[in-house]
Amino acid sequence: MKVLFAAIGNVVKGDVRYYAWLAFLSALIVAGVGAYLQQFDKGLIVTAMRDQVSWGFYIANFTFLVGVAAAAVLLVIPAYLYNFKPIKEIVLFGEMLAITAVTMCILFIMVDLGQPLRVWHLLPVIGRMNFPASILAWDVIVLNGYLAINVLLVLYALYRLSMGKEYKLALIFPLILLSIPWAVSIHTVTAFLYNGLSARPFWNASILAPRFLASAFCSGPALMLIILQLIRRFSKIEIDQKAISKIAELIAYTIGINLFLLGAEVFKEFYSGSIHKAPLEYLFFGLHGNSRLVPWTWMALLFNITAFIIFLIPKTRESFLTLNIGAALIIAGVYIEKGMGLVVPGFIPDTLGEIYEYWPTMQEVIITVGIWAFGALLYTLMVKFALPIYTGGLIGAGKQRS
Amino acid sequence: MSKKIRNNPLGINMDRRLFLKGAAAGLAATALPAAAEAFDMSAFLQKHFREMTEDEIKKVIARLEKEASLEWKKDIHISAAKATPGVKFGYGLDLSRCIGCRKCVYACVSENNQSRSPQVHWISVLRFKKGEKWIDLENSEKYYNPKQVPEKDFFYMPVQCQQCENSPCVKACPTQATWKEPDGIVVIDYNWCIGCRYCMAACPYGARRFNWSKPDIPANELNAETHYLGNRPRYKGVVEKCTFCIQRTRAGKYPACVEICPVGARKFGNLLDPKSEIRYLIENKRVFRLKEDLNTNPKFYYFFAT
Repeated sequence: MKVLFAAIGNVVKGDVRYYAWLAFLSALIVAGVGAYLQQFDKGLIVTAMRDQVSWGFYIANFTFLVGVAAAAVLLVIPAYLYNFKPIKEIVLFGEMLAITAVTMCILFIMVDLGQPLRVWHLLPVIGRMNFPASILAWDVIVLNGYLAINVLLVLYALYRLSMGKEYKLALIFPLILLSIPWAVSIHTVTAFLYNGLSARPFWNASILAPRFLASAFCSGPALMLIILQLIRRFSKIEIDQKAISKIAELIAYTIGINLFLLGAEVFKEFYSGSIHKAPLEYLFFGLHGNSRLVPWTWMALLFNITAFIIFLIPKTRESFLTLNIGAALIIAGVYIEKGMGLVVPGFIPDTLGEIYEYWPTMQEVIITVGIWAFGALLYTLMVKFALPIYTGGLIGAGKQRS
Repeated sequence: MSKKIRNNPLGINMDRRLFLKGAAAGLAATALPAAAEAFDMSAFLQKHFREMTEDEIKKVIARLEKEASLEWKKDIHISAAKATPGVKFGYGLDLSRCIGCRKCVYACVSENNQSRSPQVHWISVLRFKKGEKWIDLENSEKYYNPKQVPEKDFFYMPVQCQQCENSPCVKACPTQATWKEPDGIVVIDYNWCIGCRYCMAACPYGARRFNWSKPDIPANELNAETHYLGNRPRYKGVVEKCTFCIQRTRAGKYPACVEICPVGARKFGNLLDPKSEIRYLIENKRVFRLKEDLNTNPKFYYFFAT
């Protein structure tokens, strides 16, 4: 109990940089809330979405973040199952990232709803969930389940650490075992959400779910790499160099797989050349003179390939400068590819062949930035809360962590 | 073409300063009960249409009628007429007759109380060039605007909800807010739809429309004869679509688009009645349905009478 209060107390303590960071995030959140209230009042007309392109920037961000959340598993597997010590030390931060990402996912869905107050209609028992027919109903279940699992794991680990003890594996092992397929499931189900629609040839390709997983396992761990270095820089936590290298090596494989799957898709569409290649053509070359996403598509491809080379070569992988450049590139690359690059071409051309070029309005951007700021704030506070418990700083000297 | 729809029909543009003001005002508004002007507990807790008893439906309809009459200053009647047993509606559209005049589009708008601004149309008429690829949707034109129709080198194909027997939208909806009625009409409970638009992504025919803003219907143009599952006034943030004019067809009338068509290209009837006109057409004309390869099994047949 004492430790808990001390940890909460620690959240509000910090240096000037810490307060400045919190103030900065809060300002962005306030702006986002303000923009959202206007959207709530006027309707989704304030976005650039229309009947032709009925999902946009919000759902693009949602999709990317499901990937980030799913990738926390990459850290869980070696940490718990193989007892790989260096990663085990940092798995907590991965799980907290998953919690943050899923929370942001839920927010992105909420701001996309036309009738957000009716969201309870989605729930089982009190609402009228269309389970098992609707994949969106599945998504509600797996995302909330994943959130619950990770919250439990983090709380348990923190509880044990605050008592100055190692976690008892036997107690949470079933939950950990469950969390692994569950993490795969959240991204698979999200892929199926698009994949199952025969109306949209761009999404209705079997390669979609594997590509989702591959790309998630690029961007998620890359984000972890950066976060871990930040934690190392701003706290007393020792994060083993070996853990960083291990994650970097994993990323090299997953980028390779992701690029291969993209190649397979590009080959199939362009070589067979059916009318269903139109969305991919829109992405890479533009369609009937409409080419809003073309530069972004090529930029993402360039980023992904560069990152692949950086992570593949041991020398660049181990140098911090190039490692961080690579991580930033792959995050940006996947953000474009699995965000706007996935959602928008599903609607272009629309089912009756019309082309409506979507680009988010300022209001959509402000709301989106607000949600990202909220995520950053949530993660900052969680880390700040967990750090002293984790390092044992709040526990008496005699109760050193084993 | 795409420019035109990109234009924000309500002219809601925001610069940064306005936005900041809005942010401040919006935040202030949350603290005031004024923001909750439209909030109504019984509306919030209203049950799914198919879970309500007859009594509850009556009460809800009374409330909705009252709300609507307050808003439009005229009496509005909302029916909850059920499907007639032994009826399954089917539609026929004669492509050899259609002249692309879009009279159906606007008859539909006034019958079914679609928003006038921004414009919501349940029927899209596509124009194709003769002698090109057959039904090449990508090269069709929805915004054609000639002095006179029909045009010499073109043919036209109106598209609206195909009332699929195997409807992808019904499968997709996470809250069962849309379903297929016993007479085959796919309907939406506008008080249950959460506005996630998954059905719009799932529909292969571009038939579903979203109320991006509050629908705007002038009081003198409002059609006061409505059905709960059909043309009653809708809300901002919910999806709507063609219901074969459920308020008319369940009362034994033709849909508005059938009635208005100046060339008799539109046919409507009971698929379960072997003597109906629609059955005659299906059995004797060269009919086809849109995107048959998707197995949606539409009850909307295109054909060539001549």
